[in-house]
Amino acid sequence: MHEITLTVNGVVRQARVPARRLLSDCLRHDLGLTGTHVGCEHGVCGCCTILLDGEPVRSCLTFAVTVDGREITTVEGLAGPDGALSPVQRAFAECHGLQCGFCTPGFLCTATALLRENPAPTEEEVLEGISGNLCRCTGYQNIVKSVHRAAELIAEEP
Amino acid sequence: MKPPPFDYHAPRDLGSALSALAEAGTDGKVLAGGQSLIPMLNMRLAAPGHLIDINRLAGLDTVTAGPDGVRVGALARHSRVERSAEVAAAQPLLRQALRQVAHPVIRNRGTVVGSLVHADPAAELPAVLALLGGSVRLARAGERERDVAAGEFFTGPLESAAEPGDLAVSAFFPASPPRSGTAFRELARRHGDYALAGVAAVVSLGEAGEVVRARVACIGVGAVPIVVDVTSAGRPGDWAAAARAVQDRVEPEDDIHATAGYRRHLVGVLAERALGEAAREAADA
Ligand SMILES: Cc1cc2nc3c(=O)[nH]c(=O)nc-3n(C[C@H](O)[C@H](O)[C@H](O)COP(=O)(O)OP(=O)(O)OC[C@H]3O[C@@H](n4cnc5c(N)ncnc54)[C@H](O)[C@@H]3O)c2cc1C
Ligand code: FES
Ligand code: FES
Repeated sequence: MHEITLTVNGVVRQARVPARRLLSDCLRHDLGLTGTHVGCEHGVCGCCTILLDGEPVRSCLTFAVTVDGREITTVEGLAGPDGALSPVQRAFAECHGLQCGFCTPGFLCTATALLRENPAPTEEEVLEGISGNLCRCTGYQNIVKSVHRAAELIAEEP
Repeated sequence: MKPPPFDYHAPRDLGSALSALAEAGTDGKVLAGGQSLIPMLNMRLAAPGHLIDINRLAGLDTVTAGPDGVRVGALARHSRVERSAEVAAAQPLLRQALRQVAHPVIRNRGTVVGSLVHADPAAELPAVLALLGGSVRLARAGERERDVAAGEFFTGPLESAAEPGDLAVSAFFPASPPRSGTAFRELARRHGDYALAGVAAVVSLGEAGEVVRARVACIGVGAVPIVVDVTSAGRPGDWAAAARAVQDRVEPEDDIHATAGYRRHLVGVLAERALGEAAREAADA
């Protein structure tokens, strides 16, 4: 077993995990943060996407021990400290960018990172940016709209 | 599924990594970005007794680009190499190929050297290394580092010259001569999937615009990247004969995604387009 320390959503957390513990399972089982969803564990569906030091990565293709000491943001960490939804979350709610919500944590983390790097993406860039996330419900159109709307909301922020 | 249990090693310097690998022998595996190895562990297609995690090794996350080419260290992630303007200036084919490797999120973790060692016959980067005549530098406990040329590095599907106990420390992608252009064309069922077939091309033109050298490397149509020299068949503006020469050389197989015949057809179409694009780029260079 390995003792690891992660800063998750700004809070320092400790866990005792076997080396084979996937980061996705560490977050969900050891730390009780079940917002990160697990669909395939093959890297294909994208719903386990979290931010590692600000960069989106697949938590199902990362061992918790490998990222000992690093900073992680999960979907639970996107809203403000008072619970106010982030612009990306508001845009998804406003544009009906989700139905069952299973894929949503991954889309929100991916879109958050995408817009940080590129605050005004073109249609092409949005499609490329979310191409690694699958959704069985929405047909994607409203997700694409949500990302563009989120860019507007961020631009309007004081 | 979940990965099978293994002993975990997280060395901080190259010497300890090499001794851990030497001790583990055939039961050991290097863990770099994990974007191929962890899916294989999750699917229980691999069950190494020891994982040597190189993510904490100092000095391996280097990328150096110069007039000779680009040297990429074992911990340089796809995304970093893709974004580097110096790399794009020294060898544009790297960025052209990297944009077609998986998805942006996978490229944030995956390493260039890991893609080479993994040696998937449908992967883009082995074709780039093979086409450019690059090399992989291998280190091993108690021995001098050695460079293995691309032609000898890829030995079969998912097989490379990196033996148990070897750590690939870097790879070198040579620059192309002046008045050269490059292109990478592929077709995948879904954006970001491994390609059904793909073609990397490099074309060099002479002073009068004549073809001095034209080569392609094909993926998804053989056990290793298939390099074909089409200099004699190439005319600037007409690559149809060259494309037919490429079709004659590849060895595609049927699988659930496509028939061998379709792959052969595809490789011809992609070769004609990639060569044309590379030639146009060379003319503008
Ligand atoms: C959804 C998805 C789609 C993908 N699509 C593509 C695609 O279109 N094209 C493509 O090319 N790849 C694709 N991949 C595969 C992936 O991007 C690469 O194969 C992977 O990133 C390899 O690098 P890594 O650092 O992650 O290697 P790892 O997964 O860590 O290792 C892969 C193998 O190489 C060995 N290895 C790695 N580094 C070293 C080293 N320095 N020395 C010795 N051995 C080493 C490991 O032991 C292991 O056997 C995809 C993956 C996923 C999950
Ligand atoms: S659960 Fe990680 S990509 Fe599907
Ligand atoms: S909303 Fe149901 S999978 Fe995307």
